[in-house]
Formats: sequence, structure tokens, C-alpha cells
Amino acid sequence: MSVKIEFENETLNCRLCGEIDHHTTLPIRLDIDDRIENCRPKTLILDFSDVTFMDSSGIGLVMGRYKLLNEFGGELEVTGLSNNSYKVMRLAGLDRIANIKKGSDKK
Amino acid sequence: MIINEFRMVVDSRSVNESFSRATVSAFAAQLDPTVEEINDIKTAVSEAVTNCIVHGYRNSVGKIYIGVKIHDDNRVVITIRDRGCGISDIKKAREPLFTTLGGDRAGLGFSVMESFTDKLSVRSKIGVGTTVTLCKKICGRTK
Repeated sequence: MSVKIEFENETLNCRLCGEIDHHTTLPIRLDIDDRIENCRPKTLILDFSDVTFMDSSGIGLVMGRYKLLNEFGGELEVTGLSNNSYKVMRLAGLDRIANIKKGSDKK
Repeated sequence: MIINEFRMVVDSRSVNESFSRATVSAFAAQLDPTVEEINDIKTAVSEAVTNCIVHGYRNSVGKIYIGVKIHDDNRVVITIRDRGCGISDIKKAREPLFTTLGGDRAGLGFSVMESFTDKLSVRSKIGVGTTVTLCKKICGRTK
């Protein structure tokens, strides 16, 4: 699991790569939070295009970043979800707090 | 009738989450499941094993006992057992969004297990441990 983070036009783009579970989320969570605190982005994009597996730890990852962004009014977008990840996110009702898109919904 | 069976014991270290789900799903692969069915099994197993690690054994390392049975009606029955602290109120623990831990735990482990399998049962005794049984029928690619 790794994350590539880029900041441009007030948008923080985090491209996640690999398998998301309880074991792998802690280090990337710290990386992302660090950048959020520093950049204060208007929009945070969590891009799941290169995620090969995700369990409910992925929900915690999204919800936690949502809470942090909310402190200063940033918006959250979740993109590139596989069918499996989309299923897990919908189960948690994340479609109500963030703009969530499947990989096939790309513009 | 059980036609094939597999058992393993792993330490409750978080690095074994991916090992456990990969191994169980590899064993289930003999039923020729669809990609989605394999993903469902992987996700449910990942939740159950994570529960043993973060709840059952919390600040210690113990053993996680995993058993997989394949029945002749294409059902896979997976048991995941720990000898950890046990759950005081199973009904409450199974409620969506309930968690005893703060931070980034979503409290959706049991909900995910439930919705990604056909049947989930939980047995637990304080100070003795918890056993989670997951049951899933594989319809497969050939159907």
C-alpha cells in the first residue's frame, strides 16, 4: 500500500495504490493528514483507481479524512472505485457525505 | 457432506490479515467462483481476522484459528476463532457503526461480514474467546 500526493489549484489529489486493510492504513493516513493540515485544500480527492482490495478500514480512512476536512470546510471526492470497494462504501452510507464514483464513471 | 477441509493457525499480527484472506480465498478457488464471490470472501475474512487482532487480543499477540470446509452443495463454511477477551454484548457488537474503539474504526466489521456472505453466526464468552462462522454458497462462473 502506498499513496502519491499532489497539490495543485487548491486540490489535494491522493492516489492510493495496493491493498487497504487495518494493517496498511495507518502510515498512509498519517501522510494524508499531514498534507491536509499543511495545504488546507478546497477539495480532497481520494483516488482508488489502483486499489486492488479494500475492507471496512477503507471506510474509516474516508470518514476520518472527511471529519478533518470538515473542520475548515473542504470538500471530499472519492474516485476510481472498483465494484467491490463501491459496495463497501455504499454499505457505510458514504455516498451521503462525499461525491463517490466508480472507476467506470470517469469523465 | 464435507468434501474438502483446511485448517491453519496464525499469530494475531496485522500483517497476517492479507495472508489469511489470500489463503482462504485460494482454497475456495477450487469451486470456480466468480471474481465477485472471491472478493466477498476476502473482504469478510479480512473483517473477521481484523476483529481478532484489534478486539480479541487487543494489546497482546495470540493465535487465530481458521478453518475452511467445502461442502458438496458448493457451500464454503469458514470459522475464525480467537481465545481473546470475548464480546459482552453480541447483539450490540453486530449493530452497524457500533465500535468500542475510537479513531478510524468504522464499526462496520460485522455488517460487512453479514452482507458479503449468506450467513454469519457469532459465539462468544467473556475471557474465553470468540468464534465467527461465515457461510457462503458459490454459484461460480460455470452457472
